[in-house]
Amino acid sequence: MSADVDLDHVTIRFGDFTAVQDAHLGIKGGEFFSFLGPSGCGKTTILRAVSGFLEPTEGDVRIGGQSMRGIGPNKRPTALIFQNLALFPLMSVADNIAFGLEVRGVGKAERRKRADELLDLIALQGQGDKKVSELSGGQKQRVAIARALAVEPEVLLLDEPLSALDLKLRQHMRTELRAIQQRVGITFIYITHDQGEALTMSDRIAVMSQGVIQQVGTGADVYENSQTSFVASFVGENNPFVGRITAVDSNYAVVESTFGPLRGRNLSGLRTGDQAMLFVRPESLSYLNGGTVPENTIQSTVVNSEFEGSFFSVFLQGEGSKSIVMSMTNSGDLPAFEQGAAATVGFQADRAVVLPVGEVADE
Amino acid sequence: MTGFFRRNGIVISTYLLLAVFVWVAIMIVLPQAYMLDFSFRFNLPPGKIGGPEDVYTLKNYRYLLFGRPGDEAMFNVLHLTVFLRTIIASIFVTLINFAICYPIAYYIAQVAKGGQARALILILILPFWVNEILRAFAFRILFGTSGVINAFLQTFGIIDQPIDFIRADIALYAGLSYAYILLMVFPLYNAIESLDHNQVEAARDLGSPWWRIHWRVVMPHAKPGIASGCTLVFMLTAGALAAPQILGGPSSFWFTQIIYRWFNTGGNWPQGAAYAIVLLLACLIFVLTVMRLFKVSLGEIAK
Repeated sequence: MSADVDLDHVTIRFGDFTAVQDAHLGIKGGEFFSFLGPSGCGKTTILRAVSGFLEPTEGDVRIGGQSMRGIGPNKRPTALIFQNLALFPLMSVADNIAFGLEVRGVGKAERRKRADELLDLIALQGQGDKKVSELSGGQKQRVAIARALAVEPEVLLLDEPLSALDLKLRQHMRTELRAIQQRVGITFIYITHDQGEALTMSDRIAVMSQGVIQQVGTGADVYENSQTSFVASFVGENNPFVGRITAVDSNYAVVESTFGPLRGRNLSGLRTGDQAMLFVRPESLSYLNGGTVPENTIQSTVVNSEFEGSFFSVFLQGEGSKSIVMSMTNSGDLPAFEQGAAATVGFQADRAVVLPVGEVADE
Repeated sequence: MTGFFRRNGIVISTYLLLAVFVWVAIMIVLPQAYMLDFSFRFNLPPGKIGGPEDVYTLKNYRYLLFGRPGDEAMFNVLHLTVFLRTIIASIFVTLINFAICYPIAYYIAQVAKGGQARALILILILPFWVNEILRAFAFRILFGTSGVINAFLQTFGIIDQPIDFIRADIALYAGLSYAYILLMVFPLYNAIESLDHNQVEAARDLGSPWWRIHWRVVMPHAKPGIASGCTLVFMLTAGALAAPQILGGPSSFWFTQIIYRWFNTGGNWPQGAAYAIVLLLACLIFVLTVMRLFKVSLGEIAK
């Protein structure tokens, strides 16, 4: 069973501080939905409101169409996986997994049977009698998932559960989490500040900043068609160019930047004369010395380049000491980017977005 | 050992070793050894001590069990009853203390915010700046027939006649429970404070009612603190003197009061020593048994 989760104009305040401002969105049953944002953006607060550990100041949380106001966390059809997992160290692995069943008055034998089934699901067969402290980080992670799934929740809430793992394991667990979600088919709400996690696992993502949901969409949508300057700068790398709009035609706008006029897609209906930011991604820039000239060109000098394995990051400096990042696939026939060398780079108007001036995420 | 000296230097090492030795030998071992020795001797006038009559005997212990030779009763019923009642009442006081202190400790450790927690701890500590005997007398005033509590109950018409709290031993149990309450609160507080609050929330999120969260998550975690608090309170209550002396009713005698009489008015130190040793052993055996039952080791208590 999976349930829809609706945030109906949810606002959460702590005293004078507004942690979440008018969050309004619907999460479909069976969806893998992520809240992505820097720490302090209010994403954990939303999760706590869904799990029932705090009540919205205004608005309502509905699960399966039912208002959750006044219903405690122990009565909601949700299960939460904590950032530090919060496994019970004094209980065996099987007792941990079966705790929710014990609470529900399920008999000992039945509990053990269910725990063993779940241990199969998370590939920890026969490890039920171990102590939690005997497990590795990744195994603990999986036990926490099994413990939450044991109560057959309609919605599973995950609060940055992978942040304590090392890189390799984290990447492995992404795939595993996604696979588990597809197997059990329930709604997953995932909280993270790691865009890689959000982009790889989620059906849809809500990007948050300072308590406000900036954009909701699929990973590709949020990445390619960012609607605010924050989303454009927070999700993935981006190069912003600030200037006044000098011309608007159908879905495009021209921004008069320090590098001259640059043209990009006008997604938010900006008009001539508006102050705007044009964003172009490092991988959308191409190195033009001697090659064909696309509609937007930028003159710059090479500062340095970094070898990243599958690609190079080339740091350029343009007019007014503005730094630009370009990434180039390690195709084997790249020129040597020598410091101080002149570089002409360019991009297609379709690969750039023009947005209203706003908050930019700092790296 | 040489490592210890090299790490801390000659002066500090010598001081530490000496301090531990003085503490253990002079403050703990020697007095108890003396008491043990006393308890196996006859009560002789000073002139005969060290003389031919000064030999070891089991007489003092026999007296606690069987009374004077030739007495009608088989056992020393009076003293044995007091002994048993002291132990049982101390268990009772320990349980009351735990019931009162656990919620307080949990609240301070897990629920209260920083400043609030510090204020609560201060409120708990402040009354204990007052001397133990003064506190006992204060309880006497509270619980006396014309005391504050009776006056309060009568003014509001809850009772007609004043209740004799002293005769009913209510004053005694209240006084004893209060006397060592800090020794219960702090071990509990320390133990509960180290519990990750996420575990409480995780249990709640999995559907647990509040009592099961305490039974399955908080109490198992706090077990060493519970054991430590209960041991301290039980031992000290069983060995309390001021509160029973001041708050005890005419019919309730505490075993320590008998010991006190042997030493003081009775002038029979060997007899008193034997009684004191029996009380000490009974307490030790009881505590060790309870610890074994609850699977707590001595090391954990000291944590």
